Amino acid sequence: MKEIRLRTPVQPEDLQKLEAGMVVYLHGPLYTGREGLYRRVLDEGLKPPVDLASISNVNFHCSPAAAVRPDGSYDVGAVTATASFRFSKWMNRWFDVSGCRMVIGKGGMSEEDYRNHFVPKGAVYLTTVGYGTGALLGRGIKRVRAVHWLEELGIAQAMWVFEVENFGPFLVDGDLKGNSLFEIENRKVNAKLTDVYAGLKEPALRRYGETTSRKDEVI
Amino acid sequence: MIAASTIEEVGVELTRQAAIVIPKDYSDGIKAMLKTEENELSKFVLKAMVENWEAAEADRRAMCADTGLPRFYVKAGNEARIEGGFVALEKGLRRAVARATTEVPLRPNRVHPLSRADHNNNVGIRAPEIEYSFEPDADWVDVTTVHKGGLFGTDYRMLFPGDGLDGIKKFYLDVLVQFGRRGLACQPAIIGIGLGGSKDTAMTIGKQASCLRVVGDRNPDPKIAALEDELKVLGNSIGMGPMGFVGTSMVVDCHIEVAHTHTGGMPMSVHAFCLSSRRAVARLHADGMVEYRNDPAWFTPYHRREGVE
Repeated sequence: MKEIRLRTPVQPEDLQKLEAGMVVYLHGPLYTGREGLYRRVLDEGLKPPVDLASISNVNFHCSPAAAVRPDGSYDVGAVTATASFRFSKWMNRWFDVSGCRMVIGKGGMSEEDYRNHFVPKGAVYLTTVGYGTGALLGRGIKRVRAVHWLEELGIAQAMWVFEVENFGPFLVDGDLKGNSLFEIENRKVNAKLTDVYAGLKEPALRRYGETTSRKDEVI
Repeated sequence: MIAASTIEEVGVELTRQAAIVIPKDYSDGIKAMLKTEENELSKFVLKAMVENWEAAEADRRAMCADTGLPRFYVKAGNEARIEGGFVALEKGLRRAVARATTEVPLRPNRVHPLSRADHNNNVGIRAPEIEYSFEPDADWVDVTTVHKGGLFGTDYRMLFPGDGLDGIKKFYLDVLVQFGRRGLACQPAIIGIGLGGSKDTAMTIGKQASCLRVVGDRNPDPKIAALEDELKVLGNSIGMGPMGFVGTSMVVDCHIEVAHTHTGGMPMSVHAFCLSSRRAVARLHADGMVEYRNDPAWFTPYHRREGVE
């Protein structure tokens, strides 16, 4: 498998090199942000706590297993991504507001999201591996630069700014051509699926989703 | 008499161990899958997970930052006596979770469902859950902690007797495929299946089947054991591996628990205990000795008893 190491903030020419399925490690600053941050900035219209573009253009969908020590410093243990599909509705505006060009998370978004929101902004999506290489990623965090909105959002949803080294592994899911590794793999799995179910009869009571219309009965 | 202070200390230690150390039965199961998995991407994922467990143990940090929802399973010997009684035991376990959240650290995952308010200590209303069972002729108390994620990988369905094995297999495949895509279930997983009882029983025993039985364990009923084997093979022949990539590593083991159910129905639940299967067990003896071990041994013959007595 092809492996690449990139410095953050990421440069457009580096992102061009990424293809779905490549292994990536990162070095430099990045920040965490998920629904708490998006809601405040994009839905409630609050000014971001810092000039995001001046910190990094890499947004990690994550909340660390971390604690604030009595002296005010931070104890960051493991770091794992959270499922990104829930945040897709915010991404388009987020790219504009933040200047973000690389999203890291769990499980990717749809190929449609990549084509409609990511590719036009020159942004890529990396997925964490596993899931939960929390200890390996925790090792990669060399310093907590700042934590914003800790009080307002709590440890899990606050915006953490990390300095990372050898941070990974990640896999490229959404590249600048609009490919999605997950959907490429999905299509291969789907090709076999009919055979897997072959011969199994339908249960007596069906469920919504197995009927063609919500007007149908489940019996 | 088991001292109340022992319970809190053991609670903290179990919570730390569960968060950091992958249970041996599970990691052995994944290492065996690495030998048979042929897909490059799936292999890469499994190798990364093995490296991650090694890093977690070496650094003494949680293996996954989603440290799940800490909960406890308490099996009390009928003759066991606890200083301060079971109220003291519950207080000790709640304190242990609050302490471990800062000391390990764990992610403060527990929030109020509506206000989303976070106490930052994983303690709250009905949190941590504490479930009980009992064992005759014993004066020890077994405490098992499980920290399961819980957003994906679990589903429930009311089947009917006429649906038979086909219905069971089909629903099993549905759950694996729907949550296996993109690896939302964080597979390869220990799949637990609850069959029968009422709806809540089916959910409860299915979850316990995934979280409280070790890889390689088989139900003592030979017919159920045969179905466990069959479903394990079936799950691994879907063609899907870790992260939903093409592969053969989906089910590291399959465990089925049953309960007598309504004559007209066959409720079924499916649960997935993930690549960070967090569980740890200790036995608290009456003389103060604490014994840590790998197997929760939750499903004893007494626990699965069928007759009146």
